[in-house]
Amino acid sequence: MSGIAPSSAPHAALLHRDGVREHWTLFSLSLPALLLVFVMLVVPIGWLFWLSFLSDAGEFSLEHYRRLASQASYARIFRTTFEVSLVTTALCVLLGYPLAYLLAQLPRRIAALCMIAVLLPFWTSVLVRTYAWLVLLQRQGIVNDWGMGLGLWQEPLPLVHNLAGTLIGMTHIMLPYLILPLYGSMRAIDGDYVKAAANLGASPSRAFWAVYLPLSLPGLVAGATIVFILCLGFYITPALLGGGRVILVSMRIATDIELFFNWGAASALGVVLLVLTVALLYLASRLAGFERLMGGAK
Amino acid sequence: MNGWFSRPASETQISHGRRLWLYAVGGLVMLFLVIPSLIVIPMSFSDSQYLSFPPQAWSLRWYENYFGSLEWMQATWTSLKAGVLTMLLATPLGTLAAYGLHVSRTRLGGLAMLVLAMPIMMPLILIGIGVFNVYVQLGLLNTLPGVVIAHSMLALPLVVLVVASGLKSYDMNQERAACSLGASRPRAFLLVTLPQIRFSVVTAALLAFLTSFDEVIVALFVSGGQNSTLTRNMFLALRDQIDPTIAAISTVMIVVTSVLLALSQLFGRSDR
Repeated sequence: MSGIAPSSAPHAALLHRDGVREHWTLFSLSLPALLLVFVMLVVPIGWLFWLSFLSDAGEFSLEHYRRLASQASYARIFRTTFEVSLVTTALCVLLGYPLAYLLAQLPRRIAALCMIAVLLPFWTSVLVRTYAWLVLLQRQGIVNDWGMGLGLWQEPLPLVHNLAGTLIGMTHIMLPYLILPLYGSMRAIDGDYVKAAANLGASPSRAFWAVYLPLSLPGLVAGATIVFILCLGFYITPALLGGGRVILVSMRIATDIELFFNWGAASALGVVLLVLTVALLYLASRLAGFERLMGGAK
Repeated sequence: MNGWFSRPASETQISHGRRLWLYAVGGLVMLFLVIPSLIVIPMSFSDSQYLSFPPQAWSLRWYENYFGSLEWMQATWTSLKAGVLTMLLATPLGTLAAYGLHVSRTRLGGLAMLVLAMPIMMPLILIGIGVFNVYVQLGLLNTLPGVVIAHSMLALPLVVLVVASGLKSYDMNQERAACSLGASRPRAFLLVTLPQIRFSVVTAALLAFLTSFDEVIVALFVSGGQNSTLTRNMFLALRDQIDPTIAAISTVMIVVTSVLLALSQLFGRSDR
């Protein structure tokens, strides 16, 4: 701590040099962690980049990317991934916004209690929740049992091992990722704006649409972006609930490796997925702020 | 009760009565969120192979299946070991990094923060195959250290974020005071700063454990054989058929997670 202790030669230049040295010593405390991320994340993914540009003969080529662009099966997988991610995000917004809005207006004590409903699934293993949906949605499952018992439908509906199951499961898993940042930003909204609108004669619905909704948009954008990005790379739930009928990019990557050992094709797919993810993250952090995105990812 | 219906419910001056639908929708969404996590518990005590609700007869057979199976026990043991070791590796590394970046205000700090947050931003499938590829070359495939190192990297962002937010509410002048009284910087950190951010560090450690314990995709590619993790075995089992033993395992996992989170809440409270 020589930067603060009195020095026998109080030259400004010396002090400055000491300060700089100390800053770097302290900064170096983060080097082990940075090294771990570098070795375990940057190197492996950099390697995949490299592999994606190698032909099967081991020379530099764009053949994997060319195949991605030309084969209809890849186009279909990307379209499915985008559609599933979009619909899931939309469902999350539809279900999550009203709940977050309600929670943000309840007294804090009650809201904290209701928040357990959001946090419990958030912290329950994705695998456990996916399993629960497998059981709930199967042919002789509870949803079909009760639905038929109540006379809502006559034949057992095919709710799992298809697109419907995938969407239900993914929406359930992603919902907390939308609600948490949205709730945070709604709590931060100054209620006086809305009160002023009401005071000036706005009807409740008008005060909501014209004042509250725009103020909550940054939180909504942050949450929806996180959900969309997580959906793009989602593997476990679609793999288990889709029953092989819904093929997403991540699943194609896995089969390319597990079954075909086709590193070039898998890497190229992975690179495209990564570029999309980073581009979306960048766009969203422009729109909503990096801090807010990170806050939501917690 | 009549009064409550007509009283204004929010700043928009809408009455409670006119937004009953909002309460209904909110309640339904909360049910949708909670039911899948909770339904597993009664089902694990069901006697039937075909999971119906409410169960017709109760039994502990799925727990006997789980605790009696050498394979499941080995996987559970691997997951517990991996979780504890991940906690022991990621917590000190992340705490040091958070502290170092907090006190050294170099321009590189923001960039370092971004790098340390990267593991939660990358698609996990990509990390999975990337690490798999590296481990093939290093001979770390299907080993416990392999799982631990990969999981520690995944847990780092959480540890750094939690400890950094703990440091934000800590008054660094206390450490400066210790230093000016003659303590070396490491001594001042260990004796003055660390005790005061210990609750954040404990929370971070629990989250690191959970990250490893719940992780599926990377473990799917990187672990195997004797060192296959619990989640990997569960995933592979679920891909083939719905075995009610999974309900018993799920219940155990929910209990473990809830206890850990309750602990972290207890610790977190007293931090403020």
